[in-house]
This record gives sequence, structure tokens and C-alpha cells, in this order.
Amino acid sequence: MLLHLLQEKLRPYRHLLWIVVVFQAVQSLAGLYLPTLNARIIDRGITQGDTNFIWRVGGLMLLTTLVQVLLSIAAIYFGSRASMAFGRDTRSALFHQVNSFSSREVAHFGAPSLITRITNDVQQVQMLVLTTCTLLLAAPFTAIGGLVLALQQDVNLSWIIVIAIPLVMSILGTVVYKMVPTFRVMQVRIDRINEILREQLSGIRVVRAFVREPQEKVRFQQANQDVAQTALRGGRLMSLMFPTATFIVNVSCVAVVWFGSNRIAAGQMKLGPMVAFLTYLAQILMSVMMATFMAAIWPRAAVSAERIQEVLSTTSSVPIPTHPTPITQTRVDLELRNVDFEYPGAASPVLHNISFKVSAGETLAIIGSTGSGKTTLLNLVARLFDATSGAVLIDGVDITEVAPAELWSRIGLVPQKPYLFSGTVSSNLRYGKQDATEQEMWNALTIAQADSFVREMPGALEAVIAQGGTNVSGGQRQRLAIARALIRQPEIYLFDDSFSALDLSTDAKLRAALTPHLKDSVTLIVGQRVSTIRHANQILVLEDGLVVGLGNHEELRQSCPTYEEIVLSQALQEGDDL
Amino acid sequence: MNEPKRMNKEDQTTSPVGNVSELRAGRMNTVGVPAEKSKNFLQSAKRLTRLISDESILVILIFLMAVASVALVVSGPRILGHATDIVFQGLLNRDGTDGIDFARLHRTLAFAIGVYTASYVLAYGQAFLLAGVVQRTMFKLRQDIESKIHRLPLSYIDRHSRGDLLSRVTNDVDNISQSLQQSLSQLVTSMLTIFGVLLMMFIVSPILALVALTVIPLTLLTMGQIAQRSRAKFISQWRYTGQLNGLIEEAFTGHAIVKVFGRQQEVEERFTTINNELFETANSAQFMSGSIQPATMFIGNLNYVAIAVIGGLRVASGSMSLGDVQAFIQYSRQFTHPMTQAASMMNVLQSGVASAERVFELLDAEEQITESGVADSAVTQGQIEFDNVSFSYDPQRPLITNLSFIAEPGTTVAIVGPTGAGKTTLVNLVMRFYELNEGRIVLDGRNIAEMPRSELRSKIGMVLQDTWLFNGTIRENIAYGNPDATDEQIRAAAKATFVDRFVHSLPDGYDTILSGDDGAVSAGEKQLLTIARAFLADPAILILDEATSSVDTRTEVLIQKAMGALRQKRTSFVIAHRLSTIQDADIILVMENGAIVETGSHVELLAARGAYDRLYQSQFTAPVIDLV
Repeated sequence: MLLHLLQEKLRPYRHLLWIVVVFQAVQSLAGLYLPTLNARIIDRGITQGDTNFIWRVGGLMLLTTLVQVLLSIAAIYFGSRASMAFGRDTRSALFHQVNSFSSREVAHFGAPSLITRITNDVQQVQMLVLTTCTLLLAAPFTAIGGLVLALQQDVNLSWIIVIAIPLVMSILGTVVYKMVPTFRVMQVRIDRINEILREQLSGIRVVRAFVREPQEKVRFQQANQDVAQTALRGGRLMSLMFPTATFIVNVSCVAVVWFGSNRIAAGQMKLGPMVAFLTYLAQILMSVMMATFMAAIWPRAAVSAERIQEVLSTTSSVPIPTHPTPITQTRVDLELRNVDFEYPGAASPVLHNISFKVSAGETLAIIGSTGSGKTTLLNLVARLFDATSGAVLIDGVDITEVAPAELWSRIGLVPQKPYLFSGTVSSNLRYGKQDATEQEMWNALTIAQADSFVREMPGALEAVIAQGGTNVSGGQRQRLAIARALIRQPEIYLFDDSFSALDLSTDAKLRAALTPHLKDSVTLIVGQRVSTIRHANQILVLEDGLVVGLGNHEELRQSCPTYEEIVLSQALQEGDDL
Repeated sequence: MNEPKRMNKEDQTTSPVGNVSELRAGRMNTVGVPAEKSKNFLQSAKRLTRLISDESILVILIFLMAVASVALVVSGPRILGHATDIVFQGLLNRDGTDGIDFARLHRTLAFAIGVYTASYVLAYGQAFLLAGVVQRTMFKLRQDIESKIHRLPLSYIDRHSRGDLLSRVTNDVDNISQSLQQSLSQLVTSMLTIFGVLLMMFIVSPILALVALTVIPLTLLTMGQIAQRSRAKFISQWRYTGQLNGLIEEAFTGHAIVKVFGRQQEVEERFTTINNELFETANSAQFMSGSIQPATMFIGNLNYVAIAVIGGLRVASGSMSLGDVQAFIQYSRQFTHPMTQAASMMNVLQSGVASAERVFELLDAEEQITESGVADSAVTQGQIEFDNVSFSYDPQRPLITNLSFIAEPGTTVAIVGPTGAGKTTLVNLVMRFYELNEGRIVLDGRNIAEMPRSELRSKIGMVLQDTWLFNGTIRENIAYGNPDATDEQIRAAAKATFVDRFVHSLPDGYDTILSGDDGAVSAGEKQLLTIARAFLADPAILILDEATSSVDTRTEVLIQKAMGALRQKRTSFVIAHRLSTIQDADIILVMENGAIVETGSHVELLAARGAYDRLYQSQFTAPVIDLV
């Protein structure tokens, strides 16, 4: 997973990585060269009292160290560039991927987890790349250099290295192996922290109203404790790594003296080479430490890479057609043909065998009890989900054959929960139409009966809207959401119970202003009050996902008992005549 | 009861560590990062240190273990050197009697292994304990942030990006934790090693030691120069991470809208802008701070060269022995290594402190007015009086001015009026979500500003139009207002509010998990759940804000009945848009532009032929216009 991700996302920067490799190699060789030069100063300069030689070699040492520092810094420059670019590209790919998801995939992962994956998880992998570039790439050169030099001294003692290095590797490997599941749990628990806090922030009014702060604190504390515990387990495993690696290498040094002295006593080896062997072993120690550093961050990065790949390899359940069919008409009609929809694994379908046809200029109202599938029906038209079987046709074209952008450009959706984005009134209206003029905005606001309160807000069109629209009332939010849809002048309007938070007089005014604008469009409206939908061209009565009636008001009163029941219950309640 | 004039800003006595001006309010929409201030950097670092040193005994223990471990590690090579000497002596004696004294050699080597083992145990123990200290500190930090959220005024939460707040808890705290875990023990170890080696150098040759010593100010100067620049970049990096998190959070929350309105491209463009900024700053931060290590190494090597040359010249001139120079060179090598290590750890820490600064910034944000007064266990009658209340969110636009009325216990007060008249604001004031500008609200003779918020709110049940439910089972959600409720109580509340009926049709019944936006429970059913929740909380006062709107009529009848059950024997405030639902209210307050323009019963108000009558007529005689 990790390697696959790295391979794919680092490919564009492989030239940078090569530069880093070369620079790090030369840099570490320069580092190895310095002691050699120093030895020469001692051997020839000092012992022979050759001051000129001391100055000359001193100059050479200066030059070497200068080269070393320049190459190091350059390697860090390219290394950080490559790794940060890796992070940027991965974040971008993830965000793009999630944007292509349908609501189903978003619900599957959950927004909090998707957020963690894009920022926190990418950060983990990015750190691994960075550490590799700046620290680890130099390690093999130092290690190999040290190894070669050590072998030159005495091949017979090299069995110690042959044992020590695999031993370090296998111990580190075991710890890493143990750490991976820990960090897998860790990332899930960070998701949970995100989830709880996000819930608290979005429901802050309810939390406060019910004085639930103490319980919320406990709930968060539980999640927090879980994270802390897992992090602690990971941290403790990690703290095993450095001391263990150091210990093994140190013991190897002791072994070198122990066995080396035997060989010396037997006359097979001289003292000088043994001391040199020790020096080079120290060099190898350094690179082992670097490898350990990488081993410490590897497990978490590996888990994060899994989580990133999981998102990247999930495809949207609402696929984009490869050869989209264009819709040519400007006045479209909408047809549903034997549409079924069910959630995977659900016992019964949400919608079953829905068929109807609405022409441009007509209105279809959908009524039915809570949970009867009304919202789902609108979501199918907007292609937030795809029908399990059957087809939604616009102008005779199956919408799965239409480019989503084209489909959506023809739809004006006003959802049940009118979500507004942080920004201003105008930035929210521009959601509907990016290049909307001020005049267009005021027109839409006027029809939506939102002009008067917007005018009174400080800054009017530029008035600040908080995230989710929490700083305006429910009714105002709904009217802004209606204006946002109106400004698009779409061919298909989807009103999902969009007038529920309005008082009746505002509702009536809004409908009166709206009517002339709908004469070229297909309008689907989910309603609750018979009084407001009785004049629709067609009324679809839904019950438990089934059509129990389709016709106009008068027809349905005769033919559909469910409808009649609704009419009567409302007549009783409203006390007016129907 | 004296009631001082309360202005939201002036009475603030909370904010424990001050520096409120640092709160960059209204940053929500700015894409550009504000000019970086890093003057708080040292403060933040100090504060972080204070936070860690809460566990002072452990910290001291860890420090002592580090000292011991360093001492052992430094002495390791000396013991090995001693072993080498034994071999060397043995060689010198070869022609003589014994050759190498193996017994002594093996004793020395065994000692070396002992020292290494001890240092191993100490190093591991120290890192093990440190992990505990760091994680406990991070636990505390996250907990502090969570409690802080409950003390922040609503206006702060409304004004700030949710994703950015989340980023501070997850990404920033995570970054602090990783920085500390990685760098702290190594930093301590390196510092101690530097000190130890320096000591040895002074013993060998004070003059060369002084040469070596010049490295320290030079290194500090270089480090300071680079760090100052990279610090600002680190702060930007974590700010942009927060901004990006904010954008992502909002885009995913409104995922369906973004899609259907075809705004994906625009959102992705904004994402790309911030993502690129993040790349640029992260890149600079990493490059600059990454350069500290080679730069320090360079200075170390310069020193190495200087010692080699000066030492060489001094030996050549006969003022120093070769052995001393050699020892010195060795020490200067030993000196460079911890120096560069310390430098690179400082760099890791910088990123952590930059994150800490963001966390502290949140922790220092201005809080709501602190609690005053003590709880009173007397039974609540439920009389509420608005006494000359004035309030506005924005000083420029007065919203409620000089409002006075009394709601007697057990009565239903209906509040009607056009949207924006201030109906919801009234509720916000009763709940004390916001503080009054003038006047007072009195509950059973007690000014609510002098009651603990928790006491006030526990007496009030609220059903809002926003049907906020949390990720959990239906049972847990109903019990939200009364966590100690028994199963029977939950069921009874569910029955009384018609929740029981639809819960039974769900496969998992009361254990059905409500999560995200899945279709298991419809909007109307969610509304019923919020009513059940308020019912179970059994408050003396009830606030129903536009609560009956988004449901079908049959459910609405149920909700009306449920509400009726709920309203019994309670003082209720009902904000309704349909006058038909509130005709039986005891008093109807008709609001317009933040003032009450009429008060009375339905019959009285109709007879008065004023604003209420006009509203009533408009609702019941307005031609029903259809969408044709």
C-alpha cells in the first residue's frame, strides 16, 4: 500500500529524488574524506613539521566541508520540495476523489474520517518521505562506506557485522510489525475525536440547552483517553527502538575487541586494523540509528497510506458516462420509469416501481407520510444516488448517460435542510450562478421574499453568513436557499419541503411570485399541506416507497383513500374548507 | 437585586492568560494568512514547558535517567579504549612472559557490557516514561480544548470555521505530541553530551577549548537567524493546514449541494489555492529548518579544521604534544555530533511550538461571562419576566428594545410575528446563549444572569427546528436530556411523543444507530425524537421554536398531540408560524422589529383588529396560490 502510493505519487518528482540521492551520496563521501585528510595532517604535516603542508591540507579540508554543506543544503532543498509536493498532490487527489463520490460513499467513510485522511494521514506519509530524503538517503552510503572500509581492515571479524545488522533489522522489524495495528487503531480513534468535536460544535445550542456539557466532556474524555492510550502504546514501542539498536551495535564493538584480541594474540591481526574496525563500526552505528528513525515513523505512515489508498480506490456509485449524450432541448420533460431504489443490504427497498412523467411547465407534487421515500425520489432525479433498477429520463435520455455537470446545470435543488456556506449572502447566491449580477441576485431574493431582510442585514448582499447559516433564522435560511436555486433559472426545480419554515403569508406571497417563473420548467415539489399542492398538475401519493395514487386533486379524492385521509385530517386541523 | 449594565465586552473577567487581542476574530473567510506574529513564540514554548513540567517528579526522574545514560554512553568508548590498551600492553610484552592478559581483558569487556546494558535500561526507561508524560500532557491539552469549547460564547463558534477548530485538536495536538516525543529526549541527551565533552576539552587544553567554544555562539547565531525565518513559516504551515481543514469540512458537509449546484470546480480551485500556499510554506519551513543541521555541521567542521590546523602548527612549534592534539580532535568530533543533533531537534520542536501557539490561541479566546450566583434547589414555579430588556447582536442595529412582559407559571405564551422580528432571539436570551445589553430576565424572582447557566438551562426544555441528534442509538438520543433515565422512562417518553410507534418498525428498534445523513429516520421522525428528548428531560419551562414545520400532516397531528402532552403544567413559549396551532395559547405576543406590538388572547387580539388580526387575515384568507 505504502510503496504503491509512494511510487505513484512520487513519480513526477523522481528527478528531484535522483538529485537528492546523488547529492547525499557525494555529501556523505565528503564526510568520510575529512578524517582521512586529518590523518594526513597528523602523519605528514605534524610529524614532519611541514607547516605549508598543514595549511594546504587544511585548505582542502575547508573546501571539502564547504562542498559537503552546499550539497547537504541542496539535497534538503530538493528533498523537502519533493516530499511537500507529494503531500500537496496526494491531498489534491484525495479531495478530487471525494468530490466525485456520491452521497453514499461520503456516508460510508463519514465526513470526519475523510477530513482526517486528507490532512492528518497525508501529513504522516509526507513526513516519512521528508525524513527519507533528508536523513535516510545518506545512511546507506555511510553504512556501505563504513562496511567496505571495515572489511578492508579484517574480513574475519566481519561475521560480527553479519550477525549484528540482521539482528538489529529483525528486532526493528518485529517492533514495526507490532506497531502497525496500534497505529491502525490510532487513526480510527483520531477520526472519532474529530467526529465527537464536530458534533459538539454543530449541536452546540442543543448541548448547552440540555446542560449536557458534563456528559459531553465524559464522552470526549473517553475518546481522548482511547487516543492517548493508543499513542502511548505506540510511543512505548517506539522507545524500545533506539536503545535496542544502540545496544546491539555497542555489544558488537565489545565483541570486536574480544575476538579481535584473540586474533591479535594468535598473530593473525594487528592492533591498528582493530581500532580502525571499531571506528568504522561506529560509522555503521550512525546509519543504523538513521534507519531506526525511519522505522519509528514507518508504521504510522504505512497505516495512513492504507487509509489514503482506500479512498483513492473507491469509485463513485454514480459513474460518469464515458460518452455522454447531450440534452438538446431547452424545455425538457422528466420521466421516471419503473424506478427502484434500495440501500445495499437493506431488507426492503426505499422506493419501488415508481413511474411518472412531467412535461415542461407542469408541476408534480409528492405527498406522503414521513419516511415514505419522498426525499430519496428527488435525490434520484438530482443523481445524488442512482436508481437500483429502472431509469430516470430527461428528454428521453437516461440521466446516467448525461454528463453530470450538464444534468446539474439544469437542476435547481432546494433541500429539506437548507445548508448555507460560510461567506456572504452574495457568495451563497453565486453558488447558484457564478457570474450572477447584483440585479439578478436582487430579483431572485425578491421572488424568494428574502429581499427585505437581506436589505436590513449589515452589508446587505455582502452581509456575513456563518457556516451552515447559523446566524440567520430557519425561515431566512430557507428563503436564501430558494433564491440560490432560482438564480440558476433551471429547467427542473426540486423543492424538498422547502417552505416549511415560512409563515403562511410569506409562503403565499412566495408561491405567487414564484409561479410565473416556473412556466418553462419541470417542477417537483415535496409538500406536507394539501392546501398548497392541490392545484398541482399531478399529485403522487407515496406510502412506504410505493405509489398509492397518482392524479390530480379531484381524482385522488375519489380514487385514493390514503390521499382522502390526509385531506380530511388537514381539514380538521386547519379548520378551513378544502 | 442590582443589575449592572452588561456589555458583552466590558464585563469580561475570564480569559485566564489574557492576550485577547491576539484573537483574530472574523478570520473565517480570509484566504490569505494574516501577517505572522512570532513574538508569542517564546511564550508558547515556555507555556508548553510549563504544561509538561506538571509532572515534575517524573520529569526530574527522566532527566536524571538521561544524565546517567549519557554518562554511561560517554564512558563506554573509554572502557573499550582501556581494553585496547590491555591488548596493546600484551603486544608489548609479547616477547616477554604472558602476552595479553586475557583475564583482565575479559573482565574489562564484561564491565563494558555491563555499562552498555545499564545505559540501555536507562535509555529505554527514560523514553518509556517520557512517552507517558507526553501522552498525558496531550490528553490534558485536548481535554482543555474541549472544555474551552463549552465556555466560548456562541458568537465565537458561529464566527469560526469548524474545520479549523477541529484541526487544532487533531492535527496541531498530534504535531506537538510527535515533536515532543521525537525531540525531547534527544535534545536533553545532546545538550548533556555537549556539556560533558566541553568539560573534557577544558581539562585537556584550555586554549583549544576556547577555540572550540567559539562554535557555540556561532552556532546559536546561525540557528537563531534561520529559526527566526522558519518559525514564521511553520506558523503559516499550520494555519494553512487549519484553513484547508476548514474548507474540506465545509465542502464535505455540504457535499450534495456542492455537487448539484455544479460548484465542484470552484471549490477545488479554492482548495488548490490553499493547498498550494500550504505547499509553499511547508516547503520553505522544512527547507529552512532542515538547513539548520548542515549549517551546524559546517560550523562544527570549520572548527574541526581550525583545530587540526592550529593544533598542527602548535605541535610543529613544539608548544603542544601530538597526543593532546589527537585527543582534542577526537573530542571536537564528538562535540560536533551532539551539536548538530541538538540543532535538528530544535528544528523539530519549532514546528511543535508553532502548533502549540495555535492551540494556546484557542485556549486564550475570550470566554462567556463567568458564572455568578449559586444554585437554588427550590422547586421551579416557572414564572418568567422580561423586565425592560434590550439586546442586539450588532451594536449598530438594535434588535430588541425595552421589552417587558410576564409569563405566569403553567401558561402557554405564543410568540408570533414575521421572520426576523426577533422571536428566536427571545429564546436565545431566555436560554442565556447571549447576554442582555440592558434590563433583566427574571425566573421565579431570580435574575437569570445571577444563576449558574447550568441551573437555568436544566429548568428549560427546548425543541428547535434544527433537529440535531448525535451519532448514537435512538435510546441514547432520547436520554440526552436525562442520562440517568431508566429504560421504562425512555419508553414512556417515546410512547407519549409517538416515537415508540416508528421505532418498533425499525429492525434494531431503540438500538438503531443514527448516523450521518442516512435515510433510516426521516426528518419528521427526527423532530419527534427531539420532542421525546425534551419530554424526558422534564423541564419546568418549555421552548418550542418553529418545531412543527417540516413534517407531513399526519405526523404533525401526532406532534401537536405530543406537544400538548409536553406543555401540560409547564410554562411554554411557542414560536409558531401557523396561527391555527396557537389559538389556545394563554397569551399571544405579537412581535414586529424587536418590539412587542400587541399582547392578548386570540379572541382579544382579533377583536382589537390590529397587527395580529392582519396577520391572521393574511394567513387564512390569502388566496392559495399553486405552482402551476
